[in-house]
Amino acid sequence: MSIAVTTQIICFSVLSLVIILGALGVILLESIVYSAFLLGGVFMSVAGLYLLLNASFVAAAQVLVYVGAVNVLIIFAIMLVNKKEDLKPIDNIKSRRIISTSICLTLLSLLIRVDLSNIWRLADPQASIGEESTIRIGEHLFSDYLLPFEVASILLLMAMIGAIVLARRDVMNEDISTGLPVDQELIEKSNEPLLMKKN
Amino acid sequence: MNLESIPLQAFLTVSSILFCIGIWGLLNSRNAVRVLMSIELMLNAVNINLMAFSSYIDNNLIQGQVFTIFVITVAAAEAAVGLAILLSLYRNRVTVDMESFNLLKW
Repeated sequence: MSIAVTTQIICFSVLSLVIILGALGVILLESIVYSAFLLGGVFMSVAGLYLLLNASFVAAAQVLVYVGAVNVLIIFAIMLVNKKEDLKPIDNIKSRRIISTSICLTLLSLLIRVDLSNIWRLADPQASIGEESTIRIGEHLFSDYLLPFEVASILLLMAMIGAIVLARRDVMNEDISTGLPVDQELIEKSNEPLLMKKN
Repeated sequence: MNLESIPLQAFLTVSSILFCIGIWGLLNSRNAVRVLMSIELMLNAVNINLMAFSSYIDNNLIQGQVFTIFVITVAAAEAAVGLAILLSLYRNRVTVDMESFNLLKW
C-alpha cells in the first residue's frame, strides 16, 4: 500500500484524535450504553492504526475479535445488568479523585518522557516486508510459535467452559436455604440475596 | 509503505495516553461493566505499542504482530470470563456498583 505522506499524517492525526476522545468518552460519559458504542469506535480506530502500520491481518483480527465479539459481549452484559440504581455517595470522593488523577498524570508524564527521550534503534525501512506480513505471521504461528498457538486454543476452551459454568443458572426448583420455589427469571427479584444482609 | 513520515514516538505517545485513560477509568468507575471496558482500553494501548515496535524496529521478523494476536486471544478469553463473573456477582448482590463489592476489604 502506498499512500502519500500528507495523507498518512492526516489519517494518523484523525485516528489518534478519535481514539483519545473516544476513550475519554468511554470513561466519562454518564450513560453506559454510549460508552459501549464509543468503545466500538475506539476499537475500529485502533484497527485503522494497524492498517497504517502495514498489518492488514492484525487489523482484520482486531475488527473481528474486538468489535465483533468483545464489544457485542459487553453490550449483552449491559442489557442483562441494566438496572437504574441510585449510587450511594462516597464521602471522600474528592480526595480519591485527586489522588487517582495525580497518579495517572505522573505515569503519563513518565511514559511520554521515556517515549521521547529514548533513542530508538530503528530498523532499515528498506528491509520491511510490508504487505507480506500475513505470510510471515502464518510462518511464525506454525513454526516457532506453534506451542503458544496450541496453548491459546486450550486457553479459549477453558475460558468458554469457565464462562458457561459461572454464568449458568442453577436448575433447582427450590432454594436450599429457604425452601421457597426459585423463580426462573434472569434477575432473581423476589429473593433477598444472602450477602446483602451484611451491609 | 514508507513509514518515515510518522515518527515512532507519535504511536508511543498515543498508546501512553490511551493506557493512562484506561487506568483512570479503572480506578474511578463505579459501574463494573465500565471497569471491564477500561481494561480493554489498556490492552489496546499495549497492542498499539507492540505493533509500532514491530513495524519500526523488527520490520522483517514482525514478532510483535504475532504477540499482538496472542494478546487479542487472551483479551477475548478475559472478557468472556470477566462478564460471566459480573453476571454471577449481579445475581448475588443485585448491583454492579463497585463500592458494594467489599467482602475482601480490610
